[in-house]
Amino acid sequence: MPPESNSAVSKSQNRFAIDWNNLLFQAAMPVLAMLSAFLIGAVVLLLLKVNPLTAYAAIFADVFGSVSGFTQSLVKATPLLLVGLGICIAFRASVINIGAEGQIILGAIGATSWALIFRDWPAWLLLPTTLLASFLAGAVWGFIPGILKARFRVNEILSTVMLNAIAVQLMNMLIRGPLIDQAGVTAGTYLAQSERLPEAAWLPRLLTQSQLNIGSIIAVVLAFLVYLFLWRTTIGFRIRAVGLNPDASRYAGINVAFYQALSLTLAGGLAGLAGAVEVLGIHHRLLDGITSGYGFSGIVAALFGGLHPLGLIPAAWLFGSLLVGADKMQRAVQVPSALIDMLLGLVVLFVVGSSYLSKRWSIQRAIKTAKVEVEAKG
Amino acid sequence: MTQVFTQAVFIGILTSAIRLATPYLFAAVGESFAQTSGVVNLGVDGIMLVGAFAAFYITLITGNLWLAVLAAALVGLLMGLLMSFISVTLKAEQGISGIGLYMFGLGLSSLLFKVLVGSVQTVAGFDTIKIPVLGDIPVIGEIFFQNSLPVYAAFLLVPLAWWFLDKTTWGLKIKSVGQNPAAADSLGVNVDQVRYFCVCLGAVLAGLAGASLSIALVNLFQENLTAGMGFIAVALVYFGGWKPSGILVGALLFSTVNAIQLWMQVLGVKIPSDLAIMLPYLLTIAALVAVTNRIRQPAALNKPFERGEN
Repeated sequence: MPPESNSAVSKSQNRFAIDWNNLLFQAAMPVLAMLSAFLIGAVVLLLLKVNPLTAYAAIFADVFGSVSGFTQSLVKATPLLLVGLGICIAFRASVINIGAEGQIILGAIGATSWALIFRDWPAWLLLPTTLLASFLAGAVWGFIPGILKARFRVNEILSTVMLNAIAVQLMNMLIRGPLIDQAGVTAGTYLAQSERLPEAAWLPRLLTQSQLNIGSIIAVVLAFLVYLFLWRTTIGFRIRAVGLNPDASRYAGINVAFYQALSLTLAGGLAGLAGAVEVLGIHHRLLDGITSGYGFSGIVAALFGGLHPLGLIPAAWLFGSLLVGADKMQRAVQVPSALIDMLLGLVVLFVVGSSYLSKRWSIQRAIKTAKVEVEAKG
Repeated sequence: MTQVFTQAVFIGILTSAIRLATPYLFAAVGESFAQTSGVVNLGVDGIMLVGAFAAFYITLITGNLWLAVLAAALVGLLMGLLMSFISVTLKAEQGISGIGLYMFGLGLSSLLFKVLVGSVQTVAGFDTIKIPVLGDIPVIGEIFFQNSLPVYAAFLLVPLAWWFLDKTTWGLKIKSVGQNPAAADSLGVNVDQVRYFCVCLGAVLAGLAGASLSIALVNLFQENLTAGMGFIAVALVYFGGWKPSGILVGALLFSTVNAIQLWMQVLGVKIPSDLAIMLPYLLTIAALVAVTNRIRQPAALNKPFERGEN
């Protein structure tokens, strides 16, 4: 739920005062949700006769204990941030975008195809246009459920889930067919992956010995831009209005269906960019499993970041760290990284569950403040 | 190319279709209970996975299929309680809580599978039972009356669900809660209780749907065994217009397309397999486009109920 509605009462007294109590409460809820998830995870691990302390220590040791672990967490945070930004925009228009997995794939396909077709272009031209191509390809995959919702009232959750499955098959078809690496064909291995992209299309790396690339900076800049877009432009205002109260927006002459479709399209574009970052920044080719499940973990990051573009920056980093830690845990103490998927699911459940409690809490506080005021005026 | 249009192929496709419809029927009929009461449970796929693993694992270590079915129902119930607590008591946004439940189920079943089993192996699942007399009818007997117990149960569930929703007081209560919870509440119906019941019943059936997959249809478990079947089941509820009969039609249509796709691959018909796998999902979207404009959904679908708010 949008955090500003919770503090609306206190804001009406003094628009510029920061309600520290409320802010603290808002921040505490996700942390509590996270702790509860880890607690339940610990119980499951104990039942499986695995020491939870060893497992959890392995998760955090590497990320907070080594430079490579830290940079790797930033690498994983990048697609989470981009996907999460899209989820935020869509959610603000009260549209739930489950389709990020498919949109990432389309973005990756778009980037790969574009970079291979125009492989002779110089880097200053090829890289930006490739990024644009990935944005557009992802946007198309967001536009489809958007237009289906606007024109035919098709539930966007269901259509995006179906489009995810379709995108996976589309990619499989391409990397086994038209886009297959000819080197694999001549060698007889027929590896299901595209050929290596021209270096001109690679996202420059920021550090040697690390996959950290300029994509991370682009993502952070985009987070600020999305914030400005949602809170400082008319279109952004309308998107939020549609999400807060569709009926009131309709009476005010806002085309609700249009803005919901637009928000899904933008969400798709941002997820598409995440696909480009994976292809152009890390693998330098299109291959199976390119999404690494970011389409789902991006939802968790977005919720955890309070569905706010700037709150998403630390949230994406946190979950990026967890994903890196999960890989390390699997290798170091042989606890399957599926543990993290389970924990992410629990975090989602607890975060959405606690938003009701926090709403009740702020209503009660508002009543109390009002009572005090009435008594003071007495 | 081999001869495609033979009687054997025809029977093969329909037999597969009947079998493949089983998990969809269990899950979608279950989901229709939850949705009729106003709660969209998007976590069906996660519940199916946990149910499928529970049934598979119990069969693997005890060999007792009934214990396995019981285990699947039980874990379904637990998942249902979790979903109801978050969505009914805490009034969470149902789309998101369902996705959370799905991720939880996917992660939990993978974790348990990797720690407790490790590698893909098969179990001895339900045998086919040939129904006397009926099973001997040529063609029809082969298609309909030579199946395993869960398949029969899934098809029996359809009239049973219809009777329950349309002909009993309980069914009426469920519908009233889904249409107008405030009115139902004022008449003394305990809205939360009815919704808990429906979500849990649906979750138990989703657990059984998973079991039907892991110990009757494929007799194995692997990570993400369902591969999104639960989401398709949710879509089938919309497609079927919240009626058990509509769900039956949808499930059969869907499983027939799937069976044709599988048989085309078996027979080596020249279409790319990726395209063939895509087909059911495209069909689902097309079906959703076709039906959503003309069918009225439960008025309070997806809306948490709170006294004194409406």
